[in-house]
Amino acid sequence: MHVFDMENEGNVRGGGVRALNQRLHDLAVDDCDVPWRVENSKGAHALACGMKVGATIDIAGHAGYYCAGMNQHAMVTVHGNAGVGLAENMMSGVVRVKGQASQCAGATAHGGLLVIEGDASARCGISLKGGDIVVGGSVGHMSCFMAQAGTLVVCGDAGEALGDSLYEAKIYVRGQVKSLGADCVEKPMRDEHVEHLSGLLKAAGMEADVTAFKRYGSARQWYHFHADKAGNY
Amino acid sequence: MCGIVGLYLKNDALIPVIGKMFAPMLDSMCDRGPDSAGFAIYGDEASAGEIKVTLRDVGSEQIAKPQAVGGRINGRASGRVSEVASGGASGGGNVGVAVNWEQLTEDLSKTFISDVSLLVNQTYAVIKVKADEAMLREHLRTNWPDARIMSIGRSIEILKEVGLPREIVDRFNVRGMKGTHVIGHTRMATESAVTTEGSHPFSTGLDLCLVHNGSLSNHNRLRRRLQRYGIEFRTDNDTEVAAGYLTWRMREGDTLQEALEHGLIDLDGFYTFAVGTADGFAVLRDPIACKPAVMAETDDYVAIGSEYRALAELPGIETARLWEPEPGIVYTWGRGGA
Repeated sequence: MHVFDMENEGNVRGGGVRALNQRLHDLAVDDCDVPWRVENSKGAHALACGMKVGATIDIAGHAGYYCAGMNQHAMVTVHGNAGVGLAENMMSGVVRVKGQASQCAGATAHGGLLVIEGDASARCGISLKGGDIVVGGSVGHMSCFMAQAGTLVVCGDAGEALGDSLYEAKIYVRGQVKSLGADCVEKPMRDEHVEHLSGLLKAAGMEADVTAFKRYGSARQWYHFHADKAGNY
Repeated sequence: MCGIVGLYLKNDALIPVIGKMFAPMLDSMCDRGPDSAGFAIYGDEASAGEIKVTLRDVGSEQIAKPQAVGGRINGRASGRVSEVASGGASGGGNVGVAVNWEQLTEDLSKTFISDVSLLVNQTYAVIKVKADEAMLREHLRTNWPDARIMSIGRSIEILKEVGLPREIVDRFNVRGMKGTHVIGHTRMATESAVTTEGSHPFSTGLDLCLVHNGSLSNHNRLRRRLQRYGIEFRTDNDTEVAAGYLTWRMREGDTLQEALEHGLIDLDGFYTFAVGTADGFAVLRDPIACKPAVMAETDDYVAIGSEYRALAELPGIETARLWEPEPGIVYTWGRGGA
């Protein structure tokens, strides 16, 4: 195992992060057998950002903003909480947070799987573009705002305005939804949705009764252009 | 972007080391707010009948920059009373430009027929005197125009300066300070000029102060409205308006909780507020949570930071309960309730 100690290898305020990310970026595709462990992270920003290879990276503490952003192929696990913008614009790979995640987790993610074992706060999966997010706890307000593709699974509750201005992302929530956003509606759970949800929960390593979930999606009333008065001209 | 930090002690045994705990918090928020920093520390309470006022020598700005020498705030911190610290601020040829704190102390002693204690820290002085608040304010305003009141109450001391927070922590010897709770701010100015007056915390009344991360959009109109109610403002700063608003609401009979809840309606913009009170502190995030905040609680303390980084050096943080305060909800911690 490669151990990178943020305190020994540089200053957490800049040098350490840059040194860590440079070493991770220097990894070749066939150079990923040995896992990495990052110590003394202390909420530093941009940890393990911009990965392009399938390395396994464990952050042994809390992560700051934009952890594992733009991830491709890597398996990044935060053994603590993560700050704003976790796995932002992730393309592929798996990012897992053992604790809780702050706002905008998985924002604009195009692919990959983001697992948050605790709660995620506001705007989880905002503008999601194809990634999958599984949250063991609850999510805050405005989650999946303008989400275009991909899936958000919430094993707990969802805050206000879930799925506001939603495009084609799918949302499954087991608990209470405080309110649905504009153009977001509950939809029936058909067999294919049960199968889809089961697969995501399994991939996330979470056990939950699939039949307890409700599905939400776009009513598709907002994102089509309506020429209401066209007949008058 | 700005940084907010706060620390409230549940365990009195930590009172002597609150400055040591707090200094890394303020320091860590340097890159969220590199242009100014300030803090309000609560401790060294005035005795019965006394009032404690923190004054800043505003005249000294024109004759000398603050020097990294001189006294430390409060006997509780250093056990010694220092001489006037700032360069050239010893009176004489500088009368009318800078304040001679000893002359001011003597004047207050004669005027209010009271013992007066004086502790100087850089361009600041903390004075305790047995006096009526309104009379003291009026006397200082009339006779000592360069000694500007930064805070007033029984235990609060507000100190703030323009400069890198890390340097301000050293300049004021924050690590040596003692107290029950403290809130602080690092500023990256967006709404008004980078000046000491425009930095945080802002005094909002006896033993009350406000720090703010965010930006208010209706502050000009609200300022004019509050001015009609007799609230005075010294800057174009949006946070000063929020502070004045809380002062006005509480003057009208609101509790702090009620004043902040009214603020949810009247203050348009985005914010995380931390309010220092005589007993503890309160936290409020705007209803859509534009600005961050992380809280930590152990058996020994409650702490707030704009980011976890601000809390990372606190003792016992590894096992602390960590959470983000919910938007639009007023949180308070205090010995007697805020």
